[in-house]
Amino acid sequence: MSDAPQEHPPIGSPEVTKTAAKKASAKKAPAKKASAKKASAAKKTATAKAPAAKKAPAKKAPAAKKASVKKAAPAAKAPSSRPAPVEKPAVQIAPKADVPAIGSPVEVITVTPARVEPEPLHVAPEPDRETPTPEATTHERPTFSLVVDNEQEPAAEAAPGIPLAELVSALVEGARSVLGEDWEAKAAELLALVRRRIAGDYEVDEFGLDSQLHAIGMAAIRPLAEKWFRIEVRGAEHIPSDGGALVVANHSGTIPVDAAMTTLIVNDHAQRTLRLLGADLVFELPFAGELARKMGATLACNEDAERLLGDGHIVGVWPEGFKGIGKPYSERYKLQRFGRGGFVSAAMRAGVPIVPVSIVGAEEIYPMIGNVPSLARLLGLPYLPITPFFPWLGPLGLIPLPSKWIIEFGEPVRTDAYPPEAADDPMLVFNVTDQVRETIQQTLYALLVDRGHPFV
Amino acid sequence: MGRVVLVTGVARDLGSRLARRLAVTPGIDKVVGLDVQPPPGDIHGIKYVRADIRTPVVGKVLAVEDVDTVVHMNVGAPQRQLGSRSAVKEINVIGTMQLLAACQNSRTVERLVVQSSTAVYGTSARNPAMFTEHTPSRSVAGSGFPKDAVDIEAYVRGFGRRRPDVTIATFRLGNVLAADVLGPFSEYLQLPVLPAMLGYDPRLQFLHPFDALNVLSLAATGDVTGTYNVVGPQVLALSQAARRLGRPLLRLPSVGFNSVTQRMVRMMSSDFTPELARLFKYGRVCDGSKLERELGYEMLYSTPQTLDAFAETIEPGVLSAMGGTRV
Repeated sequence: MSDAPQEHPPIGSPEVTKTAAKKASAKKAPAKKASAKKASAAKKTATAKAPAAKKAPAKKAPAAKKASVKKAAPAAKAPSSRPAPVEKPAVQIAPKADVPAIGSPVEVITVTPARVEPEPLHVAPEPDRETPTPEATTHERPTFSLVVDNEQEPAAEAAPGIPLAELVSALVEGARSVLGEDWEAKAAELLALVRRRIAGDYEVDEFGLDSQLHAIGMAAIRPLAEKWFRIEVRGAEHIPSDGGALVVANHSGTIPVDAAMTTLIVNDHAQRTLRLLGADLVFELPFAGELARKMGATLACNEDAERLLGDGHIVGVWPEGFKGIGKPYSERYKLQRFGRGGFVSAAMRAGVPIVPVSIVGAEEIYPMIGNVPSLARLLGLPYLPITPFFPWLGPLGLIPLPSKWIIEFGEPVRTDAYPPEAADDPMLVFNVTDQVRETIQQTLYALLVDRGHPFV
Repeated sequence: MGRVVLVTGVARDLGSRLARRLAVTPGIDKVVGLDVQPPPGDIHGIKYVRADIRTPVVGKVLAVEDVDTVVHMNVGAPQRQLGSRSAVKEINVIGTMQLLAACQNSRTVERLVVQSSTAVYGTSARNPAMFTEHTPSRSVAGSGFPKDAVDIEAYVRGFGRRRPDVTIATFRLGNVLAADVLGPFSEYLQLPVLPAMLGYDPRLQFLHPFDALNVLSLAATGDVTGTYNVVGPQVLALSQAARRLGRPLLRLPSVGFNSVTQRMVRMMSSDFTPELARLFKYGRVCDGSKLERELGYEMLYSTPQTLDAFAETIEPGVLSAMGGTRV
């Protein structure tokens, strides 16, 4: 029990961030004391009620000015009824004293949802709101008790029977399994990142790409790609490792999940950020537009495409657009018209290769069996899908079906052999467009045969 | 003999600063300042002429003073400090027309420098991520200051056709941000709580007045032709700017945003112009590289630096304690 709490604090303590590793050892001593105190407090049961309650207000006195409602409530509760909450007041005191050091536990948790157990979530926000209060004590000690307390309070509320020690060790175990052996350093790093986010100290490029959010987004959809869609990647070596390139793929699936997955694959296999070109509707919509920009997407227009390609970015485009993504399930894997060839002329002007990508599996995630064009028009949308589950099951219908995906990157089509004025030759542009389209279509057929059953 | 420069709009922050700067620039004999109100502060070295730019008096001033360089700084987005919206619009549009009419008849004017705004590009989801000087706007400004700016530039182009012997430089200034320069963003970002649109996080650029003045005086003294974007390099999202200033964002739905925000901002005893609200959905980012490419002027302040300089001069926001100081 005594060593468990020691390892905790760095997660929640911004003060620690800079020198977390160094301080860690120093901190152990006070931590032990704190935990020991609590342990003894826990042992006292009903008999201890009264003294504990008395002790609490006394300790609270200095902190009382800062925090108000929250604190008062548990203090009042403690003497009244339950035996377990006895130590609660003692617990409560600590967080108030060291609240100042925290600044960000909320953020920590939101950033890496998977990392920490859910309970602290509820607790963390409170200290955070009180952040501005000045530091009442030294850094190290308070930071310590804080996390322990975070831990303890929900325990007392939710399940009075579970001992604190078990929860703490479970939390430490969890942190270790998620972050690895040097989780303390990693947690400190993470915290520094959170602090920079809060201070606005990060970069957004001209198109709106926020690389830090992009990395988080990728981490968020990775399990979906690996566990749910079981994506198989072929020909990843065809993704150019540097310089401008245009990735062209087939579009499907009612909601552009295929674009997100392709971005993930390019991110993981080539360590490059795929810059997507989206329809103007995407950017008009609230939230969707904001998210798209932060993930590095921009409007599908010649100016942006050429600027990105000229700057040496890898750009992703789905030339079928809404015609591809919103086609009925019965027409699955039949490529629609490939735009007006704008992507080819953009690539030709920049002299970058075109990488044809065939995506199998996205058609089955939301099989579109119907459409309500009149309502869609009313809402200003290109289509309003009806899937076997969508309007009927409500939000549950938004869960994509777990189809098996294969993404194949084809041999790049080089455009640098053409002279720059070739981009203005419509016949040539159409020919190259057809060549890319045909390549993708043929690969799709081959992949479909390979895959067999869509959901196995 | 050195040059004689006429600066319109000297009562405004940028105009008065430019006039003062030009007054001490070698090679310039005389700086004539024109406005209905005297410029604030020291006007040493500036010959101030009290006149309304919307009247034909301008022509007489040009003739009497033998002005050879005209710097038109009397163009700005409406704000309550500048008078009513219609008055500002009239100064912008009619004032420019009168000035150009006077220039057309003048025998001495050789050079015209016009302060325009990046508002001419409009703002919409259909525009490319970055505007260059050649990008046609896909959202035609129907009203308000953007329309004024578009009109003003059209008049200036017309003047250029009629007087090809006059060198014309047009500068589309981005959002000038400084605590001591009146501008929509300077006021907005000082609010204790920043209203913003729910579901949108516009990309913004800020321009430090120092850079703006450098560019304008460069054009007033040198041979510069053409249209240039003058913006601080790099981009900040509105949410990011708010975090840097330690001010909380208040997200309001875009439906009815304007009226709600105006009422709210008035309660905070400030002013919120609809010009600003336009930007809050899609923002506006311009490519300012032409300026460096053709004039060789390198911006001294990037957008984040401009904001940081601004942050140092205003009251820290309520959230400044969070997250500690930036390194």
